[in-house]
Amino acid sequence: MADPIVVAEGLHKSFGDTQALRGLDLSVPRGTVCGVLGPNGAGKTTAVRILATLSDPDAGHARIAGYDVVRDAGQVRASIGLAGQYAAVDEKLTGRGNLRMFGRLYHLPRSQAHRRADELLERFGLMDAADRPVGGYSGGMRRRLDLITCLILRPEVLFLDEPTTGLDPRSRGEIWDSIRELVADGTTVLLTTQYLDEADQLADDIAVIDHGKVIATGAPDELKATIGDRLDVVLEDPAALATAAAVLNTLAGTEPTTTDADRLSVALPATGLRLAGIVRELDRAGVAAADVSLRRPTLDEVFLRLTDRKESVR
Amino acid sequence: MTALTSPLGRLRWTFADGLTLVGRELGRLRQEPGQIVAALIFPAVMVVLFGYVFGSAIQVPDGGDYREYLMPGLFAMVTFSAWLGVMTRVAADASRGVMDRFRSMPMARLAVPFGQTGADLLTGLLMLAIMVGAGLLVGWQPHRALIPTAQAFLLMIVLRYALSWVGVYVGLAVKNEQVADAMVPLGLPFTMLSNAFVPTDGMPGWLRFLADWNPVSALTAASRELFGNPGAPSGNVAWPLAHPVTTVLLWSAALLAIFIPLSLRAYMRRGR
Repeated sequence: MADPIVVAEGLHKSFGDTQALRGLDLSVPRGTVCGVLGPNGAGKTTAVRILATLSDPDAGHARIAGYDVVRDAGQVRASIGLAGQYAAVDEKLTGRGNLRMFGRLYHLPRSQAHRRADELLERFGLMDAADRPVGGYSGGMRRRLDLITCLILRPEVLFLDEPTTGLDPRSRGEIWDSIRELVADGTTVLLTTQYLDEADQLADDIAVIDHGKVIATGAPDELKATIGDRLDVVLEDPAALATAAAVLNTLAGTEPTTTDADRLSVALPATGLRLAGIVRELDRAGVAAADVSLRRPTLDEVFLRLTDRKESVR
Repeated sequence: MTALTSPLGRLRWTFADGLTLVGRELGRLRQEPGQIVAALIFPAVMVVLFGYVFGSAIQVPDGGDYREYLMPGLFAMVTFSAWLGVMTRVAADASRGVMDRFRSMPMARLAVPFGQTGADLLTGLLMLAIMVGAGLLVGWQPHRALIPTAQAFLLMIVLRYALSWVGVYVGLAVKNEQVADAMVPLGLPFTMLSNAFVPTDGMPGWLRFLADWNPVSALTAASRELFGNPGAPSGNVAWPLAHPVTTVLLWSAALLAIFIPLSLRAYMRRGR
């Protein structure tokens, strides 16, 4: 695997009495997408702000492309792009006006700033709206403009802090397409999100953070494998729920969750159980099942399980 | 992209980035012609409103024309509106993440506050020009030579620039567009509590004390003196009104000395 381009080691950060980060470690290989998942207040935004030189850590180090985010902040800024939770563009200016202004602020010569603005508008489908003030753009268009503003200098690393929060599904899809296109160009992306399907769709690796620390890392499939497959059972008669629950509890070793009056779901241990055996056991106990299915857990289930466990440990 | 390495290169980029941000304000005005029209109409409305509505009832102490007496006060009022405009723009940038974007870019750090205040200076000059036009139309004029007249305008510009730094600091401190907008109406009583529209002689003692020491009064008194308009302080008056030019310069120097460092620190440390 290539050298990591984003490295964070033991980041701590407090705001007054609140400890936002308590020893966060992170490593993102060049050219990959790292999804940082966490509930609200887990420290996602604080971590991104430190990596993007907007905030200094109280302890720990972080390097982007080999440059320290505190000591070499100038070099770091030249190699990153940051799209935050708002569309940080000037609403009074046109889309083209914004890109030209930011191009100049990135110290491109005027003609180059203009050319780059047009290239980006064309490529990301905003040319038709180029000469309208951004205040009149839809939420999705604004975010897309915000995103391409980060691309003016072709940054090596792009930080996207909840890039699709508050967008409708169609606009989210469009932002996802844009992100995939960037990754195809070789840009490394660090993406924070609360939407697990977003991480599932885009990320090569996921870091789940909670209470300011990384509590699990891995590819989406690896994370799903850690909590084992799930068994969903639909009963013919809801009256058999208690019996079925007892059977599943014995087999899986954990309490099944009742997802509906006639539905049960249970996480299976990573090894051992086969579907046929489970059906046989249910049959023996006199439980008639309308449907029994084995599936990979969703990332939501992984996430809930991981953040839950953390809660009980505390 | 050029790295900001040498001090000279840094200075150059500070200047270039500052100019880009001044250009941004001009671009915004171009997109919103309504704002220009409002900026044009407001001072003209003030001239008519105060000049003819109040002017019909107010006696100028030395028996001069009220509109001649009024114009220096309106110039001061427009000058003191500077910090409000800068404050709302800075607060808007801070609350919408634009300030964070600037700070995450490899641009000169000082460029943002200097660009904001520089842009305000340009709009200020434009407003001043409109006020002069409106004033001339209603019969106001400077009566002294070119030099004192120029000095009066220069004083307004210097104080306006100093005040715009107050706006940068307050805008960064409130960080919230709504709060900043809510603060704007506070500007009016501040300018009213002065000698801009009426002489302070008739005010109750404590109020007169506040009005006499209000920098708005000093700027008004200085312009009356330098334009040769009626109502220039004479006789036994409070120190700031006896030395209005010195007072305005002292205010400007003090505001710049306090608010430039405060603003720069607030900008560089935002969110740390």
